[in-house]
Amino acid sequence: MEIKAPVPQIPASFWKSVKDLQEWETHHKRRPDTGDKQSALFEQVTEGIHNFPGGFALTTVADGFFNWARKSSVWPVSFGLACCAIEMMATFASRFDVERLGMVPWASPRHSDLMIVSGTVTIKMAPMLERIYDQMPDPKWVVSMGSCANSGGPFRHGYHVVKGVDRVVPVDVYVPGCPPPPESLLNGLLLLQDQISHFRRTGQRAEPNAKVD
Amino acid sequence: MTAEQAREQLATVGGVTVAPDAHPITVHVLPEQWVDVARLAKDTLGCTFFNFLTAIDWKAEGLEIVAWVDNLEAKFAVEMRMRIAPGETACPSLVPVYRGANWMERECFDMFGVRFAGHPDLRRILLADDWEGHPLLKSYAVDTPHPPYR
Repeated sequence: MEIKAPVPQIPASFWKSVKDLQEWETHHKRRPDTGDKQSALFEQVTEGIHNFPGGFALTTVADGFFNWARKSSVWPVSFGLACCAIEMMATFASRFDVERLGMVPWASPRHSDLMIVSGTVTIKMAPMLERIYDQMPDPKWVVSMGSCANSGGPFRHGYHVVKGVDRVVPVDVYVPGCPPPPESLLNGLLLLQDQISHFRRTGQRAEPNAKVD
Repeated sequence: MTAEQAREQLATVGGVTVAPDAHPITVHVLPEQWVDVARLAKDTLGCTFFNFLTAIDWKAEGLEIVAWVDNLEAKFAVEMRMRIAPGETACPSLVPVYRGANWMERECFDMFGVRFAGHPDLRRILLADDWEGHPLLKSYAVDTPHPPYR
């Protein structure tokens, strides 16, 4: 009885044109510059108000209000990938209580604003992670938690681990540690809130801020 | 059946080399004897528990298949080792003898690319179906970047 190996269905071989890992490092995912998905009409109206004499006062106040509202109710989608999820659960639990920051771990990506990538992302898992990210409504943020999600960590030279979750989704805050203790993650979440509060008015990414970026 | 009796029984089979180790009873068998020795270990020696099956890549010397079966009552183990020729990937399957070998052989196929002839369902078990190559082979380039996520 002859057994045939499964015929691999491989997409176009883009990587053959990549010289080495250093060049591959440049292929991180970035948040698209277009920012929020919204209508061009709304964009024009806000631009008009902003450019009207004295109108910037209205838009900046509204901007600050919206950003305050955004950063005060960042709901992380509750999913864990590996051992970092234990520390993430500890952060969500009563001792470190992120609910006082307005963060409610929510079991649905449709209602969530934040994805905490807590743990090793394997190549097999990456499409599911990207799908969860795509299901989240804009504006959305990603916190990469732990060495594995940051860069692949101890499995970086393994065959099966994505070498950093920024190959899959754009990341806003990287929390180092293996695993990061709840204090570290809490610090990362506070940095994220600070970053959100510096968003420009249409929900686009803020200008680089020396304090945060 | 004690361990000594099992050792003597295995030594009588032609072509089988029994190593002098006390535990486990290590036998080096030829590919054509692979299933017969497994059946002997199960039926005659009472090794009913299939512990594991894996492979070793000896590069130019080819692959070596290792299977370990246990007799839980008499508390001895038989480790069967078989060399397959360099460049060769075909190997007889143990599934007709041990049902527990099913997933082990699928994993061995997944990681080493060993084609188990007679296996009922030889697919990848751990890696994705579209995976290219067999990563535990020494010839697999681990750091090669692959799209879309590697």
